[in-house]
Amino acid sequence: MAYKWGMAVDLDRCTGCEACVIACGAENNIPTVGPTEAARGRAMPWIRVERYWEGEFPDVRLKFRPVLCQQCDNAPCEPVCPTYASHHTEDGLNAQVYNRCIGTRYCANACPYTVRFFNFFNPTWDKPLHLQLNPDVSVREVGVAEKCTFCVQRINAAKTEARADGTNIKDGDLQTACAQSCPARAIVFGDLNDPDSEVSRLSRSPRGSLLLEEVGTKPKVTYLSRQSQA
Amino acid sequence: MSQTVDPITDDLLRPVLRTSPRFWLTVAVLGLIVAAGAGAWIYQLYYGFGVTGIRWPIFWAVYVTNFVFWIGISHAGTLISAILRLMDAEWRRPVTRCAEAITVFALMIGGMFPIIHLGRPWHFFWLIPYPNQRGLWPNFRSPLVWDFLAITTYLIGSVLFLALPMIPDFALLRDRTTGWRRRVYGTLALGWRGTTIEWQRLETAMSIMAVVILPVAVSVHTIVSFDFSMAPVPMWHSTIFGPYFVAGAIFSGVAALILAMALLRRFLELGAYLRPLHFENLGKLLLLMSLVWSYFVFSERLTIWYGNDPAEMAVFRTTQEGSFAPLYWTMVVCNFIVPFALLAPKRTRTTISGCVAASVAVLVGMWLERFLIIVPSLGHKHLPYSWATYRPQPVEIVITIATFAAMTLFYVLFAKFVPIISIWELKVGRQPAPAAVDLDVRPEAMGVRR
Repeated sequence: MAYKWGMAVDLDRCTGCEACVIACGAENNIPTVGPTEAARGRAMPWIRVERYWEGEFPDVRLKFRPVLCQQCDNAPCEPVCPTYASHHTEDGLNAQVYNRCIGTRYCANACPYTVRFFNFFNPTWDKPLHLQLNPDVSVREVGVAEKCTFCVQRINAAKTEARADGTNIKDGDLQTACAQSCPARAIVFGDLNDPDSEVSRLSRSPRGSLLLEEVGTKPKVTYLSRQSQA
Repeated sequence: MSQTVDPITDDLLRPVLRTSPRFWLTVAVLGLIVAAGAGAWIYQLYYGFGVTGIRWPIFWAVYVTNFVFWIGISHAGTLISAILRLMDAEWRRPVTRCAEAITVFALMIGGMFPIIHLGRPWHFFWLIPYPNQRGLWPNFRSPLVWDFLAITTYLIGSVLFLALPMIPDFALLRDRTTGWRRRVYGTLALGWRGTTIEWQRLETAMSIMAVVILPVAVSVHTIVSFDFSMAPVPMWHSTIFGPYFVAGAIFSGVAALILAMALLRRFLELGAYLRPLHFENLGKLLLLMSLVWSYFVFSERLTIWYGNDPAEMAVFRTTQEGSFAPLYWTMVVCNFIVPFALLAPKRTRTTISGCVAASVAVLVGMWLERFLIIVPSLGHKHLPYSWATYRPQPVEIVITIATFAAMTLFYVLFAKFVPIISIWELKVGRQPAPAAVDLDVRPEAMGVRR
């Protein structure tokens, strides 16, 4: 059976600690651009924690929302790419083929979630971060677009292992870096085609909603709304 | 060199056959600016795209503005010239070639920008559907591929449209020059002898091209607008964009044509040929396009305001009253108020300076219009967390200025190489009947010596 990878993010659990952001950067060889370039909009956080305030001071309520590629089933980034660098895989992922990307940045404009990033420079890492690159993930050269892959290197490794054992990937065997590192377990990753998986169960929750559902992108990340009043 | 056959021939060949020091000075200055632009691009390639002002999430800015602007300017020529030819407007005769040349050069400049703006321009040919070993094709669903096909078609079409009526003038030049110039013009004249059957074939070919080029021109700017309207970006995703962009393109194109004609008239002493009548007629067209453009902008803005979609209203507010408001209202003044004030009253419309002033305002306003379509929308997409603003950096400014210099340089060189007013068409216009083309144009009447 084909997989359909999805995610559920419980906004009630998210503390905004940004451990997911750090874990993602380490897992996926995301270059550090430094404070100056980051202030100029050149940072590439594949996952970010958006902070919003509601209400007037002093009755302010702080909200966090981790935003990453929603791996849309109807992804606006895919049809606009002139070279098929941005395309849909059999598992329903929005893949980015770095070698095929010529850097039109059209995908990044079309994405309503602004979760696509552009390499403004060749990648660099502050020492000693250059010693911890993940050998399973290619680094991207200047001029190409990149984005969250749902840790596709882990997915492919798990699929290979499961195929060797003649089984399917079991729920919980596979986690993305962000889900793995979330101390509050706010992020749950898994197969939406498996009705018994935790992510399927959470996606059916009455608290669940899709980000910018009205744009019609059919995202595969479900946000569980916040219940607590704190 | 040769005896005077006709003052028209002499007047119009003078800029080609005599070269003043002013010409070399102009070419040198413009060439230096173009070289600075090329240097700026090399600098950008060497240090990476980060030297521009482009940032997350405003991934398109001045380069795409220039792209749309120059493709718009290219609608000056071919479209106007084709319409005037098909309607057989007699006053078109001195205007058509200036207009068609603008199209070709503006397309060449505009067509460079999608490559300049690529992250990896050395792979630009992946946009081209060419057969290859790996069986890889471009994505025909992408408006950028449509762009590539449309602009290539339009460029080839407008080069043909420009080149066809140049053949008899090349033959004239072949017969008026000596040495290497004679050989070059002789080659370009394709063995033209001026027989009746040749004139008939030329007329037929030009009629066909005039009809074919019109839908191509309309489709090109519609497809440029599709680059924006096919993406779910607030205030881009609009059904009005196709006709709105075509109207804007013709609008800016007419302005560019008036400005180019005024400069030619001044520097090549063509006052007897490019007369106030031509400026007034084009001024009327500019006024009409100004009103059409304003109508489209009004329809678009009012619909969005009533629709009150939160994402679109964020963009609407930032242009109407927010950080982009100074640019927005400058655009409205330049594109509506100035042309209306100058071109509606007969007193100013009938002066060349009035038409030129309105055209300069329109060119500024239309550049701003393209910028204001692109940047505020990208800076105010759906999630407010991502809102940002953009400032162009020196490299983008230098490249932008260099394209204006390149346009002028191409034009100056073209006017040096080819009579910028079609000599034979002007002469045909002096014949009494339309049938003149078939019957009465003898080589002698053309000033062509056997």
